[in-house]
Amino acid sequence: MASAAEKPYYYVPEGSPWPLSGSVGLCLLMVGIANTLHYPVGEVVDKLPDGTEVLRQFGEHWGHLSVLAGALWLVATLFFWWRDTIKESIAGLHEGKLAGSYRQGMLWFIFSEVMFFAALFGALFYTRWLIVPWLGGEGNNAMTHEVLWPNFQAMWPLVTNPDGSSTAIMGAWGLPAINTALLLTSSITLTIAHHALIAGERGKLILFQGATIVLGMIFLSLQALEYVHAYDMGLTFDSGIYGSLFFMMTGFHGIHVTLGTIMLLVCFLRILKGHFSADNHFVYEASAWYWHFVDVVWLFLFVVVYWM
Amino acid sequence: MSVTTADTHHDDHHHHAPTGLKRWLFSTNHKDIGTLYLWFSFAMLLVGGLMALVIRAELMYPGMQVVDPEFFNQMTTVHGLVMVFGAIMPATVGLANWMIPLMIGAPDMALPRMNNWSFWILPFAFGILIAAVLMSAFGEGNPSAPNFGWTFYAPLSTKYGPASTDFFILSVHMMGISSIMGAINVIVTVFNLRAPGMTLMKMPLFVWTWLITAFLLVAVMPVLAGAVTMMLTDRNFGTTFFDAAGGGDPVMFQHIFWFFGHPEVYIMILPAFGIVSSIIPTFSRKPLFGYASMVYATASIALLSFVVWAHHMFTVGMPLAGTLFFMYMTMLISVPTGVKVFNWVATMWRGSLTFELPMKWSLAFVILFTCGGLSGLMLAITPVDFQYHDTYFVVAHFHYVLVSGALFTLFAAAYYWLPKWSGVMPSKLLGELHFWNSLLSVNLLFFPMHFVGLAGMPRRYADYALQFADYNWWISIGGFWFGLSQIFFLAVAVRCAMKKGEPAPANPWDAPEEDLEWTVPSPAPFHTFDTPPVVK
Ligand code: HEM
Ligand SMILES: [Cu+2]
Repeated sequence: MASAAEKPYYYVPEGSPWPLSGSVGLCLLMVGIANTLHYPVGEVVDKLPDGTEVLRQFGEHWGHLSVLAGALWLVATLFFWWRDTIKESIAGLHEGKLAGSYRQGMLWFIFSEVMFFAALFGALFYTRWLIVPWLGGEGNNAMTHEVLWPNFQAMWPLVTNPDGSSTAIMGAWGLPAINTALLLTSSITLTIAHHALIAGERGKLILFQGATIVLGMIFLSLQALEYVHAYDMGLTFDSGIYGSLFFMMTGFHGIHVTLGTIMLLVCFLRILKGHFSADNHFVYEASAWYWHFVDVVWLFLFVVVYWM
Repeated sequence: MSVTTADTHHDDHHHHAPTGLKRWLFSTNHKDIGTLYLWFSFAMLLVGGLMALVIRAELMYPGMQVVDPEFFNQMTTVHGLVMVFGAIMPATVGLANWMIPLMIGAPDMALPRMNNWSFWILPFAFGILIAAVLMSAFGEGNPSAPNFGWTFYAPLSTKYGPASTDFFILSVHMMGISSIMGAINVIVTVFNLRAPGMTLMKMPLFVWTWLITAFLLVAVMPVLAGAVTMMLTDRNFGTTFFDAAGGGDPVMFQHIFWFFGHPEVYIMILPAFGIVSSIIPTFSRKPLFGYASMVYATASIALLSFVVWAHHMFTVGMPLAGTLFFMYMTMLISVPTGVKVFNWVATMWRGSLTFELPMKWSLAFVILFTCGGLSGLMLAITPVDFQYHDTYFVVAHFHYVLVSGALFTLFAAAYYWLPKWSGVMPSKLLGELHFWNSLLSVNLLFFPMHFVGLAGMPRRYADYALQFADYNWWISIGGFWFGLSQIFFLAVAVRCAMKKGEPAPANPWDAPEEDLEWTVPSPAPFHTFDTPPVVK
């Protein structure tokens, strides 16, 4: 049929098993996580007569396996799903309007991520500007202060909590400053790589794409080091609101850097395979946007979590 | 091979419609996915409705009769969650799926596979939530389902939440993922797939209101995700976001929740506004009055909805300046809402009105929603809210806007578009029975709640003082009556699904010709607008 070779006005894929499969994977993962929270690995489950403690091993509750299975299932699903889209992209079906859909979709996804971080930033500002001063008796809260915790002193970062427990402060100018420099540099190397892709300079593209990934990995390693250091000092996730916010915000950022690095890595492999061309490289562009977004979030984190 | 007619040519292009289970499980078709959403939401309406009937059975008489208070709390909680996230929201998404591509002349939703993912997450998410209820009712030791109210305030949901709370949190995450993907799909479809000539200011209002709803969804569902994530870590990892002893604050939970929660109520009502804005002009045989002002009113409602959230927290306490700000902003939001009601009425003014079923539901909506808006205005006045807050008056308010508001327009939409979806006209007799029974019972159900609320009956309690007994008996009668009336709709829907009924012409209601959805045959073919129509 002659008409079959014609490109459709807008490519609508045929039925696909991956969305349903992804839901099954997601469900296994979520149910597994909830069960694992209730039956954590390493919890003391018994004490022998001689006093040794018996810890729960991995796999002693099905929730552990459910997490593992769900995660693998989800990754496998996304792999097959994206394999389908890559095939379509190589077949040229993504040109025109569909490319626009992917692009806009990615931008709105990033916007939703911005709003997720906005909630965490909101929590930080609310704590810092309202809760802590109020607990210290500001405004009409003198009695709150007097009745609840009369010895509490408002300050930020909050080193001594109302209940008397305390935490430590992470300074800005050690590892965090180095990390800021690393991420900023990685955004530049990525931009160079992107320009090289458009200009068709393959060698330069591979070099700078590789450099960006390495910078991302160094960032993550340094953050891991920073966390170890924090725990040594007594700055822990459960050491009061400062620690809660610190780990929640930098931790979620770290997860995003990890995701971004994986995306860049996949792009790297696809560059080696020669998948991208100067005018057809949506996934590359999307990963780059994501990386810049993660970078900007970090700048805000650096200023309000570490520095000020 | 020779092509004879435009129709066979059309079929050549496309693989035939898939059949069997695969058609539904693996679908990439906006109409099938829309149908899935609609059936799912109707199932959730019945599940949530059963829970409401348990509540009303217990409250029919003072004293404890049917369930114990612990289970009663689980019922109010899960009823609210199922109705908001399982019935109303997915139903509007189902309508968006079916109608937006048809209304803007698009071949499908922009990202069809993601569309199917948005849907298929939901049955799993609600499976988790409802499993908690079933375990509570029948499981060994009756482990409690979520029992802290649909607003899941800390510390009820953190320090004092039952073990199922963590499952609840993760199911909310799943619903959030589904909503965000669904919303992105709508935005991209509207921006990218409009037929040539379909400029933004020519789009039907349903498309406009859904576009703005989708913005709200992408903006606030992640905030909800943030809130439940903090709950999760407070519960499991010793963080103190919502615990003052560690420098946090349970009130912060309420701020974050309502920053999501107030836009959320508009997420449920804006598509409803769009639906009646489509239906009223058709049955008034007049174009919509003030189209542009409708668009601007919708946009300003959406923007204002971000700065009114603390009207849910007047009694919780905040600085006076904050209270005043949120009070005035809330009152301000009734201005664009009033513009809408004015425009609907003005559309009908001197029109040649007829009162087919979709119009009946829409008119009931306009009147009853306005009642709900007026009680909202009362609640917005801080000093009197101190009296009304957490009483049945609030329950009456939000059921007027959500049941006789959002839900009624969903029925209006169903009666209006069922001919297009199924190819047969919905049964008039059953439809009339459904409408009149629902209309009378909904008022018996919710109107007296204003009185007991004003008289001080608190919400979310399994028992009440004796002086509220008579009204509560009537309210319960109204509840059972309303619940049973929905069986008529089940019959209507099943008959249409089985293609029983008068065959429907392409444009059964004589809708305006520029409404593209009526230019395709009834039932709408599997693929429509493969090549876009040209809109003049
Ligand atoms: C004219 C517009 C409206 C105004 C001024 C308004 C105002 C209010 C106020 C002040 C409250 C808090 C009452 C209290 O807890 O003491 C409230 C509660 C509520 N409103 Fe509205 N409202 C309006 C429209 C709507 C609409 C359109 C919806 C949904 C479609 C809605 C849904 C709700 C819900 C669900 C609650 C109760 C939440 C809860 O505590 O469980 N409202 N409204
Ligand atoms: Cu509100």
